[in-house]
Amino acid sequence: MSLARTVALHLRKDMQLEWRSKDAANSMLFFALLVVVVFAFAFDPLAEESRQISGGIAWVALLFATIVALNQSWARELHNGVLDALRLAPAPPNGLFLGKVIANFIFVAVVELLITPVFVVFYNLRVIGSWPQLILVAALGTWALVINGTFFSALSIRTRNRELMLPLILFPISLPALLGMVLATTNILTGERQPLDWIKLLAVYDIVFTTVSLLLFESVLGAE
Amino acid sequence: MTDSNSHSASPSHSETAHFGSAQHEPAAVLQGVSKLFGRFAALHDLSVTLPAGRIYALLGENGAGKTTLLRIIAGLSRPTRGTVRILGSADAREVYARIGYMAHATLLYDELTARENLEYFRGLYPTGKITSSDELLEQVGLAQVDVKRRVGQYSQGMKQRLALARALLSSPDLLLLDEPFSNVDVKSIVTMAALLGRLRDRGTTAIVVTHQLEALAQVADEWITLHAGTVVKREATYNRLPVSAGRGGEQ
Repeated sequence: MSLARTVALHLRKDMQLEWRSKDAANSMLFFALLVVVVFAFAFDPLAEESRQISGGIAWVALLFATIVALNQSWARELHNGVLDALRLAPAPPNGLFLGKVIANFIFVAVVELLITPVFVVFYNLRVIGSWPQLILVAALGTWALVINGTFFSALSIRTRNRELMLPLILFPISLPALLGMVLATTNILTGERQPLDWIKLLAVYDIVFTTVSLLLFESVLGAE
Repeated sequence: MTDSNSHSASPSHSETAHFGSAQHEPAAVLQGVSKLFGRFAALHDLSVTLPAGRIYALLGENGAGKTTLLRIIAGLSRPTRGTVRILGSADAREVYARIGYMAHATLLYDELTARENLEYFRGLYPTGKITSSDELLEQVGLAQVDVKRRVGQYSQGMKQRLALARALLSSPDLLLLDEPFSNVDVKSIVTMAALLGRLRDRGTTAIVVTHQLEALAQVADEWITLHAGTVVKREATYNRLPVSAGRGGEQ
């Protein structure tokens, strides 16, 4: 059975479930908007300092929103014990993982698209640097959050306080990526420095953690 | 115990056609299997060989280790000690496609319809022996249900029947059923038991954990009683109270 076919099958199912329940989308969107609005009140959005930290605010909002979605992504599989049926299926386990990663990536990307206009309005932003670079940073950064988040979410599904465990595990391990995302985004928004080094860091981070997650996921899925 | 309830009353295995080489190997061989959860032994030095092509009713009190045994046979749980060979393989992953498993939980998505659930899981199995969703729904008596109705809106009994259909998707050689008759109406129980009988006649091995002995009275070939994590009795005939003697069995 081909990996691509299995990925497509899981992805389609996750999109179908989310379309019907809207659990992740609603909570993510609400959370991201809340963080952006709260920060807009906490700092003067028109001050130059706010512009300097706007990249950080955007990614913090998305990080929290992503955590909300990731906590729910495996919960669907725990409900009614579906995970046992998936463990027994003779399909490649990485198909399940990649399907879920891509589904989570799409959920987060949709939220990014929806909150970007709000963010631009609240912080009176205009992109001085390159738009394609900004899109690249958003894609690499989102992948970094989602690949780690989906993996560690799977790792913590059998723990008692899994909703607490995920951020505890995910935040420290995501720090290098978060640093790259924030600084690259700020550099692009302000146009003061070239973000290329940070983009390279993000790309390497994504490659390393995608590879490690794919190598380890079967063991995580098979754990009792 | 009556003759009609005995093993010999069910279709004779020597008379039934067993297909493929899979039937020459035992469905399950467990030797010295123990399973510890902390200091609690759910299974204790359990050894059992289950020849293929038969229906086994697995009996025992709550906590006797029935579900743990079923999960170990399915490959969902690993024994702390001992060896397990399922369908001739020591690695359960090699024979996943030949095992059908129905648990306490439905193993289904509530947000999807019956057909969507079956089609999704169908996609995860090799296409060779797969049974069509329509045929499965017909077999478990759910063919007439509104196709747009989501599983979350089903009654518990309907969910159980759909769970059985899901377990039968890959036309498994080994069928593991954990309390398949709970919350199912009498008519459906008869239908499900007859279905198990037909599957057995085609060579499928079924291990059924149940507290509803009457449901399997006509089709089970062997009654295996577990107590405190080990097999205490194997009988080829159906006794009305096979477990209760001296143990306050709940059957």
